[in-house]
Amino acid sequence: MSRFILAEHEEKLAELNRIIDEYKGKEGPLMPILTKAQELFGYLPYEVQAHIAEALDIPVSDIYGVATFYSQFSVKPKGKYKIGVCMGTACYVKGSQLILNELIKELGVQPGDTTEDGRFTLEATRCLGACGLAPVMMINEDVYGRLKPEDVKGILDKYRDK
Amino acid sequence: MDMIKVTIDGIQVEVPKGTTALEAARVAGINIPTLCYLKGINEIGACRMCLIEVKGARNLQAACVYPVEDGMVIYTNTPKVKSARKANLELILSNHDRSCLTCVRNQKCELQELSAQLGVTDIPYEGQRINYTIDESSPSIVRDPNKCILCRRCVSVCRNVQGIGAIGVVERGFKTVVEPVFDRKLDEVNCIYCGQCITACPVGALREKSDVERVWDAINDPDLHVVVQTAPAVRVALGEEFGMPIGTRVTGKMVAALRRLGFDKVFDTDFAADLTIMEEGTELLDRLNNGGTLPMITSCSPGWIKYCEHNYPEFIDNLSTCKSPHEMMGAVIKSYYAEKNNIDPASIYVVSIMPCTSKKFEAKRPELAAAGRPDVDAVLTTRELAGMIKAAGIDFNKLPDEAFDPVFGDSTGAGVIFGATGGVMEAALRTVYEIVTGKALEAVDIKAVRGIEGIKEFEVDLGSITIRTAVAHGTGNAKKLLELVKRGVKEYHFIEIMGCPGGCVTGGGQPIVPAKERMDKDIKSLRAAAIYDEDKNMPVRKSHENPSVKRLYEEFLGSPNSHLAHKLLHTHYTPRSKY
Ligand code: SF4
Ligand code: SF4
Ligand code: SF4
Ligand code: FES
Ligand code: FES
Repeated sequence: MSRFILAEHEEKLAELNRIIDEYKGKEGPLMPILTKAQELFGYLPYEVQAHIAEALDIPVSDIYGVATFYSQFSVKPKGKYKIGVCMGTACYVKGSQLILNELIKELGVQPGDTTEDGRFTLEATRCLGACGLAPVMMINEDVYGRLKPEDVKGILDKYRDK
Repeated sequence: MDMIKVTIDGIQVEVPKGTTALEAARVAGINIPTLCYLKGINEIGACRMCLIEVKGARNLQAACVYPVEDGMVIYTNTPKVKSARKANLELILSNHDRSCLTCVRNQKCELQELSAQLGVTDIPYEGQRINYTIDESSPSIVRDPNKCILCRRCVSVCRNVQGIGAIGVVERGFKTVVEPVFDRKLDEVNCIYCGQCITACPVGALREKSDVERVWDAINDPDLHVVVQTAPAVRVALGEEFGMPIGTRVTGKMVAALRRLGFDKVFDTDFAADLTIMEEGTELLDRLNNGGTLPMITSCSPGWIKYCEHNYPEFIDNLSTCKSPHEMMGAVIKSYYAEKNNIDPASIYVVSIMPCTSKKFEAKRPELAAAGRPDVDAVLTTRELAGMIKAAGIDFNKLPDEAFDPVFGDSTGAGVIFGATGGVMEAALRTVYEIVTGKALEAVDIKAVRGIEGIKEFEVDLGSITIRTAVAHGTGNAKKLLELVKRGVKEYHFIEIMGCPGGCVTGGGQPIVPAKERMDKDIKSLRAAAIYDEDKNMPVRKSHENPSVKRLYEEFLGSPNSHLAHKLLHTHYTPRSKY
């Protein structure tokens, strides 16, 4: 994945600095600042977190801790399509690991990561509440159930040229 | 002070207002079990092992963060309390990697002890577990998150005391883990390898990277001449590993043990500390007289040096160019000593016993290799040395007192005080004062730079000039001091900084003192007192009066800061990124 270069995002950086100045020194500045940063950049790249850490004079680990604690933040870029493979008990028993393996092979990324072209983000998730259809995966809002590994390629193809 | 009365398990005690139930119970002679609590460092009430019942309160309370009030009635031992504590402990144990037999903290583990104390005989359910990779990336510190109980003691000491935050709490719920940011390894962040996290950890989740096997191999290699040296702070702490009280001096037994382990020569880093004073004192005078960069800052503490390189590269020119004492010793052993004794430097193996984990990293710095090979081949912590002594079956407590080997075992009181915060400053001033004024220093004890206050200041009148000095220990305090200097609020000529709070006596390689003992014992002061006793008992107490150091200059180096001295005993530094 190509490196994020903060200086290439001049306008967004200026906006971020405005928010930092507004909340610096106030009680609990991290939530509003990170929310804004996430909105500006789509996720919270390391360079952005380090920039905020420097401005607030706190360790970057403080920021990373908050960024990974709240699910509304993401520390990795998100693809256009988010694939969630259910690893809940019912799906697991019905072989969801095989589905996940197939996706890893097809996409060439590990769970939590995004493909080079920014199209897919692969994730292993908890029970999606569709246990009757186990094993289950979701691509954005679309649910796919009773999957077999050989179904994976065909399903992905539908999103590949959309 | 406002005193209040509380009743704990029927015993009435009087304690100052603001006392926690945990401390009040100790006054009543009751040890409430704790796990995450570390006095003054981690008081966050996270583990809920210290639960108590307070009359009139609905829920059980965490004693370590619960301030008592006048007239309060507390029960620490009810069935409700006991079963809640036990349930919490079982939960922690259920997903803990319980491989005690092969664990570095076996028999020195607060979790093990708690399990015994609470009488856990069975873990009723097996928790789900994430298998974490062990992080062995750094030359100093090994992180094993599989053993971590998420007490956060390490995070607090690293972030709040040291001002670093190299590791933090990441994710939440089941996935919570203590680690560096962005899946990085410890050697990819701003960790200074001080090891303060290790001595804070109640369990085996953090440890030093062991070099014990390498050292055994060297000892057993007939072709190697294996020389060992010991830092000042080791002799006032090693005894703790053998059941002696904190602050016991075991210099003679330590030397005897090292001989029995099979080292060919047992030398004293204190000798090299005296040598450091000669070099560093001369460098200071040179900077003062010739408009060099001031303030000059000491360079003996590799944790501090790495901190400076990461966070204050603008102060790199202020750092003394002197190598740290054990590195100087290594360089002299592999040149002067080799030559004098007709030993091929390539077959000399130098082992340093240090109170410090960061020294392991320092020894691997490519620039610290005067003879084209590392000045020091292996660094062991005080704990590792204790392990070797135990493994060899040596009955430490019964050993006779023996003396260091001549020449490089000869030292002064000034050399030994390097082990405590303020010691390098005091040693330097004893020498600089006499050199500049030509007068004998009557008051050898410079009390103003001793003690555990975070930042100490002292002015010395040298006749022609009054030099302003400051001492800081722990990088958190170093940061405060450097910010003052940076903003021009304070001006000094000479600053001593040690990376660990308290200096080397409480370095990250020292014996680990359990949280319970740390509640009423001040380890920094107890070990420092032993260091100053050691100093007081030395016949010579000023570095420039060390006869063997004088001879080294006469026979080999010429004069302090000579060309050869520079080549062997001085170094340079590398700016590093903060992020
Ligand atoms: S950390 Fe303690 S309880 Fe855990 S394996 Fe090591 S010794 Fe045993
Ligand atoms: S070694 Fe020191 S800097 Fe590194 S994580 Fe531990 S406490 Fe922090
Ligand atoms: S590594 Fe040790 S000190 Fe740090 S949170 Fe885990 S158990 Fe506690
Ligand atoms: S276990 Fe997969 S949907 Fe519930
Ligand atoms: S909550 Fe009191 S010791 Fe952890």
